[in-house]
Amino acid sequence: MSTQVAETSTGISHAKLGIWTFLASEIMLFGGLVSAYVILRSGSAHMAIPPREMMGVPLATFNTFALITSSVTMVLALAAIKVNDMKRFARFIGMTIGGGILFLCIKSYEYNHKWHEGITLSSNLFGSFYYTLTGLHVIHVIGGILLLLYILVTGLNGAYDAHNHERVEAAGLYWHFVDLVWVILFPILYLL
Amino acid sequence: MDTHGHGHDAGHGHGEPTSFWRKYVFSVDHKVIGIQYLITSFLFLLVGFGMMMLMRYQLAWPSPPDDFDPEKMSLVRSTIAKIFGDKMEYGFMRPDFYNQLGAMHGTIMIFLGVVPLGVAAFGNYVLPLQIGAPDMAFPRLNMMSYWVYLVGGIVMMSSYFAPDGFPQSGWTSYAPLSIVAPPGQTVWCIAMVIIITSSLLGSINFIVTTLNMRAKGMTLGRMPVFVWAQLVTAVLLLLAFPVLEAGALLQLLDRVAGTSFYIPKDMMYGSTVFPAAGGGNPILWQHLFWFLAHPEVYVLLLPAMGIVAEIIATNTRKPLFGYREIVGSMVLIGILSFVVWAHHMFLSGMRTSLANLFVTTTLTISVPSVAVLTCLLLSLRGGAIRFNTPMLFALAFLPMFGIGGLTGLPLGFAPTDLHLHDTYYVIGHFHYVVAPGSLAALMGATYYWYPKMFGRKMNETLGKIHFWMTIVPMNFIFFPMLFQGMWGMDRRLADPTLQWHNLPVQGWSVIMLFAACVLLLGQIPFLWNFFWSLRHGEIAGENPWNATTLEWACPSPPPHGNFVTPPEVHRGPYEYSVPGHKTDYWPQDEAA
Ligand code: HEM
Ligand SMILES: [Cu+2]
Repeated sequence: MSTQVAETSTGISHAKLGIWTFLASEIMLFGGLVSAYVILRSGSAHMAIPPREMMGVPLATFNTFALITSSVTMVLALAAIKVNDMKRFARFIGMTIGGGILFLCIKSYEYNHKWHEGITLSSNLFGSFYYTLTGLHVIHVIGGILLLLYILVTGLNGAYDAHNHERVEAAGLYWHFVDLVWVILFPILYLL
Repeated sequence: MDTHGHGHDAGHGHGEPTSFWRKYVFSVDHKVIGIQYLITSFLFLLVGFGMMMLMRYQLAWPSPPDDFDPEKMSLVRSTIAKIFGDKMEYGFMRPDFYNQLGAMHGTIMIFLGVVPLGVAAFGNYVLPLQIGAPDMAFPRLNMMSYWVYLVGGIVMMSSYFAPDGFPQSGWTSYAPLSIVAPPGQTVWCIAMVIIITSSLLGSINFIVTTLNMRAKGMTLGRMPVFVWAQLVTAVLLLLAFPVLEAGALLQLLDRVAGTSFYIPKDMMYGSTVFPAAGGGNPILWQHLFWFLAHPEVYVLLLPAMGIVAEIIATNTRKPLFGYREIVGSMVLIGILSFVVWAHHMFLSGMRTSLANLFVTTTLTISVPSVAVLTCLLLSLRGGAIRFNTPMLFALAFLPMFGIGGLTGLPLGFAPTDLHLHDTYYVIGHFHYVVAPGSLAALMGATYYWYPKMFGRKMNETLGKIHFWMTIVPMNFIFFPMLFQGMWGMDRRLADPTLQWHNLPVQGWSVIMLFAACVLLLGQIPFLWNFFWSLRHGEIAGENPWNATTLEWACPSPPPHGNFVTPPEVHRGPYEYSVPGHKTDYWPQDEAA
């Protein structure tokens, strides 16, 4: 909020500073889990990696693409609100949400498929890490979709304009972070 | 999650709530929330203390003597036996109950007692005042953080009703013991995730508030040491806690979802192979746990250092010695605290070269710790010291923390730690830092800021009685632990006398029990004083200690929105006895 920005000691709005600090803690959360995975992957003799065919790399690649696209539409939505173009703003936020939902649909298909192939949460160490890491990420995607829905509804009610879009920016930062986490998880779980 | 609160929500002195519920219960005012935290964490401290009293009773006389006659039990013993039934038959504790109390004592004291008191209670109340802010940056988030903490605490306590009672794997919850432990441990994992969530909400709020809501003229270099301490602490909580959250999540899954992050291949449990795929590594838990828990010990310490700095500056009537060195050292402590965690794991079979690395970092971190202590000591030199109750506690902190820090050094050397690890020496070491160190500072803080919170001073005579009856017995409890530990007495034993080599130092445990009783009695004047002074204490004006920092520039207690007019800061925080100034203190907001 522009009025708020003028009031803060750093010149950065509470919302933006808050979301950055929040993301720092999120990095440590995923960082802890990913390090655990890396340590056991390199240190445990019992982390059997399923063959790549079983992992369904093409589908996951497509999913990565869906999520990255949704990050791009998020950027476009922010650009639109900065020039007061409400129509484009609503359309791009909608597309971002759509990208997130598409990701979740594909993910649930994948889960179902893998579970039937015998990769389960308790089947072996790899399965445990696979579902824990991606599951936590899925929770973050769901949180992000809810956040964006909130942005969309408040936006349609005229909460944001060219001078007042701190929250859109904060939501965008969060969404890019969720995207980034996936971009790290995808290679370490599917490709390596 | 509401990280993006409204501008107007930050309470600029308007919109004061009127209904009782909004004003005192579901309040978003940082002062009310601070007092809620204060009362709740003192309650948890009492609960944790009560558990410890039982354990010390058990340790004083761990097993029935040969001529034990159930007909002739002392009144205390028969009462205890009656209350606790089969958990303490004839007043002798069942070992699994001892383990439960031990695990809960540690968990409660650290995560529900001292940290919420030092960070959330005083941080919440004092930090916004000291930087001249009307409230926290995200008031609703602040309220949520308190309620989430309370729920986490209640969930943690509710583990008592799980089959086989409280968790019993120690506050460190080492795997694989914690994986095969009874269901109370599952509750522990869930409660920890809740408590960590609360702490994360709090730390985001503290960081944004400190950086963003400083009054005009309150540059970083003019912030009181207490604010700096809270800022560094918040960063530690923000970055270290998520890692334990990750660890607790994995432990939870190991327990309930059949994963085996911490379970090795073909682990034997009893006489069978534990039913899990295996392949995990128990040491992984230790890494994840201590990556949090070492920074956590500085979370226990830093607010206390900040408090002591405030009290000393006020009561010596002179500027702190080395403000910049103190702040710099605190920041350095914060950074280094992330690279020392494995000094808790020298016995886990790590490579010598790795152990050497952690020995080095551990010795390095003691340098800034000693630097802070030295600055605080030198601050006393030549001061016109006022020996009031807060000052007594602050003065006691110095040697007590000194003992705590010095006893840490032999633990930081891998070769000596091999002998001392998991003995009472370690318990003595960290209790010196946390109890007569941090907790004493927090008690001093209570006396120091009470007039601000409630508009009246606490009684000095009762305060001094409380002080002596706290510090003296604490030394009689914790110093013998160092002897017992060096002698080889291991921690976490319900009956150390089963090991014959412990018999020569067993007598200390009786003395420690009596000291603990005195300590308990010594808290009565404190509680009485706290409630009595609410109505009968000497009326305190805005600035009863003639101090310089901004919390003393608003009414006591401050109204909703804190400052009548937004303060403007003209100088550093500790301008005492400035030559040529009309009084011996020069408040930060006084125009030149
Ligand atoms: C300043 C120098 C310090 C050094 C060199 C130091 C060193 C150590 C070492 C090496 C251990 C592990 C001992 C073992 O398990 O074998 C230890 C344990 C511990 N220290 Fe310190 N420490 C210092 C300060 C502190 C402070 C300031 C606190 C808290 C406020 C603290 C709290 C603890 C706790 C809680 C444990 C034991 C945890 C447990 O095993 O249950 N220490 N310390
Ligand atoms: Cu440590």
